[in-house]
Amino acid sequence: MARVLVGVKRVIDYAVKIRVKPDKTGVVTDGVKHSMNPFDEIAIEEAVRMKEQKVANEVIAVSCGPQQAQDVLRTALAMGADKAIHVEVPAKEYETLQPIHVSKILAKLAQNEKADLVILGKQAIDDDCNQTAQMTAGFLNWPQATFASKVEKQDGHILVKREIDGGLENIKCKLPAVISADLRLNEPRYATLPNIMKAKKKPLTKMTPKDLGVDITPRIKIVKVEDPPVRQAGAIIPDVDTLVTKLKEKGHVA
Amino acid sequence: MLCNRTRHLIYQFSSQARRLQSTLVIAEHDNKSLSPITQSAITAAKKLGGDITVLVAGEQCKPAVEAIAKASGLSKILIAESAAFKGFTPESLAPLVVDIQKKSNFTHIVSGASAFGKALLPRIAATLDVSPVSDIIGVQSADTFVRSIYAGNAIQTVTATDPIKVITIRGTNFEADNLEGGSVAQETVAADSYKTDSTEFISQELSKSDRPDLSSASVVVSGGRGLKSGDNFKLLYDLADKLNAAVGASRAAVDAGFVPNDLQVGQTGKIIAPDLYIAVGISGAIQHLAGMKDSKTIVAINKDPEAPIFQVADYGLVADLFKAVPELTEKLK
Repeated sequence: MARVLVGVKRVIDYAVKIRVKPDKTGVVTDGVKHSMNPFDEIAIEEAVRMKEQKVANEVIAVSCGPQQAQDVLRTALAMGADKAIHVEVPAKEYETLQPIHVSKILAKLAQNEKADLVILGKQAIDDDCNQTAQMTAGFLNWPQATFASKVEKQDGHILVKREIDGGLENIKCKLPAVISADLRLNEPRYATLPNIMKAKKKPLTKMTPKDLGVDITPRIKIVKVEDPPVRQAGAIIPDVDTLVTKLKEKGHVA
Repeated sequence: MLCNRTRHLIYQFSSQARRLQSTLVIAEHDNKSLSPITQSAITAAKKLGGDITVLVAGEQCKPAVEAIAKASGLSKILIAESAAFKGFTPESLAPLVVDIQKKSNFTHIVSGASAFGKALLPRIAATLDVSPVSDIIGVQSADTFVRSIYAGNAIQTVTATDPIKVITIRGTNFEADNLEGGSVAQETVAADSYKTDSTEFISQELSKSDRPDLSSASVVVSGGRGLKSGDNFKLLYDLADKLNAAVGASRAAVDAGFVPNDLQVGQTGKIIAPDLYIAVGISGAIQHLAGMKDSKTIVAINKDPEAPIFQVADYGLVADLFKAVPELTEKLK
């Protein structure tokens, strides 16, 4: 039986077209719809399935960020997590919170909570870093199973199928370990209304990075954030013949 | 006289700066050949300035070492050959790199932002207690880099303040170094002590294909949900064969089981920038555009004139793909 720690991040909803702030300091987040990072939903789902299969006995959801981070923790609880930990980081400091800080926090919590598995999403769709799981594993000196599309527990090990560039790869990791979830690991469930109501009564502990002895001084300075170069709008062409002619003109085909 | 002295000072200064800076490039290979993204990583390393050392670690390093041996502008190839690196697990490679780093004090550690580099470099960075910078698309100076965030919808310039910069580079944004014109010194590193039992490589299931590799192909034909089935992808394979192109897919096509996941182009799949990208039956969601909007020429074939893909396509054809694609294949004969 294992205890599973799952990291969840509140990000701008994946369907929102983001806007860069005019002063180039970041993107507009006020009044913009946020939700749980899609990869983290997959991570929670996997942990809850482990519990349902009696492979895990407790699922702990963790999120770092301002007060609103509790929204995604409640979602995680409604999906089936048993308890939640909110590591509160004030909005101002949250702007410069980096995977190195989050992974130190998660590593500390994994030890405090005596977790056997840490499951994280492969990347957050806002900073697109793809670092936190690997760094958490590095800080704990635990094995890492990144970009997992299938996980099976076997005695003191996990068998993991990973999505790699040329196909798939099978590895076997000793527990405790850190897993990062890829898109195809599972299909996350929706939280039902009764479960959302029940989630409000589940325990949610609040702490700060300081309580865990983690320094969150930024290591990377954001110089500026800009819009990407705009592509020139092209033309709608009438038929395949015109397309062939255009491709020949451009030298793409002989 | 004065001019000479100034020149001398400048020379001293620049050679000092060069001495202060040194980069370790971690080569990616499969024991048989060097992965092309390593050539882009070497180009990025040259932009950083300073000495460049390339590390080749694996069970069979010879083919990769031979590929790099005649490169120009590199000072050394470190060779770490051992059964310990079976499957290139980060659990065995990270301690090797950290030990090399402790001995040589590189200012930069660089690798390609492939599945290999993405899995390995953050682990190295954590062990060194530095914050890594992922998937950079530009180098402004030795400590300031450009990268994309929010699926490529914003471009961020960042300065890394840690003493060691651990960086992965996006292959499509740095030209491949031709690995010619020089001769690189080679040095063997003791490597047998890195065997680990924490993670064991078991097997790989690689997709077999005679077509060019998706990440490096100059022409890519991609299919989406509009193809309706895996069998219909044959239409794209026929077209791809005409153009000597690689075949890619949108997430929708992968999720529907039409094609394997390693063909996915997008924010969380492969990021590519071929000369010609032909999107067939792909609507053009933000997450897909993130993976292909740097292509030189984009062609979209879609029957929905409102599809967002037409906003980035140089040539858009509003047509039924089941008619247009065979016709295109035919007319390219």
